[in-house]
Amino acid sequence: MMFRYRNEVLAKERLEKLKDLNLNLRLMHVCGTHQDTLVKFGLNSMLKEAGIEVRPGPGCPVCVTTAKEIEEAIILARKGKVVATFGDMFRVPGERLSLADVRAEGFDVRMVYSITDCISIAEKTNKEVVFFSIGFETTAPTTASVILTRPKNFSILSAHRLIPPAMEALIKMGEMKIDGFINPGHVSTIIGERAYEFISKRYKIPQVIAGFEPLDVLIGVYMLAMQIIRGETRVENEYKRVVKPEGNEKAQHTLGEVFEPTECSWRGFPAISDSGLKLRGEFEEYDARKRYEDELSTVDIDYKEPEGCRCGKILRGLVYPDECPLFGKVCTPQHPVGACMVSREGSCNITFRYGER
Amino acid sequence: MCLAIPAKVVEISKGKEGTRAKAKADFGGVSRESDISLVDAKIDDYVIVHAGFAIEIMDEHEAKETLELWRELLE
Ligand code: SF4
Repeated sequence: MMFRYRNEVLAKERLEKLKDLNLNLRLMHVCGTHQDTLVKFGLNSMLKEAGIEVRPGPGCPVCVTTAKEIEEAIILARKGKVVATFGDMFRVPGERLSLADVRAEGFDVRMVYSITDCISIAEKTNKEVVFFSIGFETTAPTTASVILTRPKNFSILSAHRLIPPAMEALIKMGEMKIDGFINPGHVSTIIGERAYEFISKRYKIPQVIAGFEPLDVLIGVYMLAMQIIRGETRVENEYKRVVKPEGNEKAQHTLGEVFEPTECSWRGFPAISDSGLKLRGEFEEYDARKRYEDELSTVDIDYKEPEGCRCGKILRGLVYPDECPLFGKVCTPQHPVGACMVSREGSCNITFRYGER
Repeated sequence: MCLAIPAKVVEISKGKEGTRAKAKADFGGVSRESDISLVDAKIDDYVIVHAGFAIEIMDEHEAKETLELWRELLE
């Protein structure tokens, strides 16, 4: 079914329509997968010709994870726990080293595809297993669903984050005018359309939830342009085949049973209230920060970004990867300096791979 | 990270009490086990799978509508 969603003729026709509108817009998306679609299919450069710039925001979970959180994971690995995390997180440096470096030192760090792989690891060992759980609303319910089964010798180092509070923080920081948001399709799959409504109401900004095929994104942009022309500021949904107005209520329920929102720092941002997720009191024993409080007591420092790295500004949509002096020279996917070059969803990595913004 | 791909549910294993709801899902010819405890999936449903979990059931009617709409745009 998927390949029918790539129709070049239709794409060209929409682009022509957009060009005729003579627009001058700056949109933002908050999803690494959207960035991949935009760059891979050359949509960004085509849209630019139509006067539309689509900037990436803080939409890559690996990239917004802070050096402090990575340092926590490193400490736990060095204290003899089995630390498991998703592949992209593996090579992101903390203050200096990454989890991959720590594994090279001989500590037990594993890469997993799903939290369920972690449970299989925990079932086969007597060692304590810690899942460094990153990801937005899309991923957090999977973690919650496993915690509900109360697995043995298992805990999580939660780095889960919520998207709408970050969008609001960006608007409030007011560093740049944003004419509209392309909202992430799979975060929205869980939280639904309504979760974004307060943003449109409070800040008079249009939003469109979009899927990930090139045409999804293009039509999403077109819908935003139409809202702007008509002076509307609503949440619309282009990705109706997956996203329901109310979202996935079962997943929301699971999430809410296990986690509660908490203040959280994002790379490149000051602490954003209610933008992170921590385990509720009754699941405290699965919270690595509680369980290993003593071991982690050394970590309470604010780590600086690697020298010269502009990830913070990139994640706020202020600069493009190729505007970083280290890009492609000192910093490459083989030798990444910052998080945005490590993750395949990081803007620097995407620009490097496709040779385009 | 938030990558999620569609797959067709071909088999559901109810499992014992206390175990998680799992399904065998077909990703265009490759069959993989996916956890379905976050959705109410039936056999033949298209689910969207993220990090080993089905996070939603694809609405076939809406999927067809999208294609229709895109076709209409062409006319
Ligand atoms: S190119 Fe490298 S150093 Fe520059 S902002 Fe991106 S990740 Fe940081």
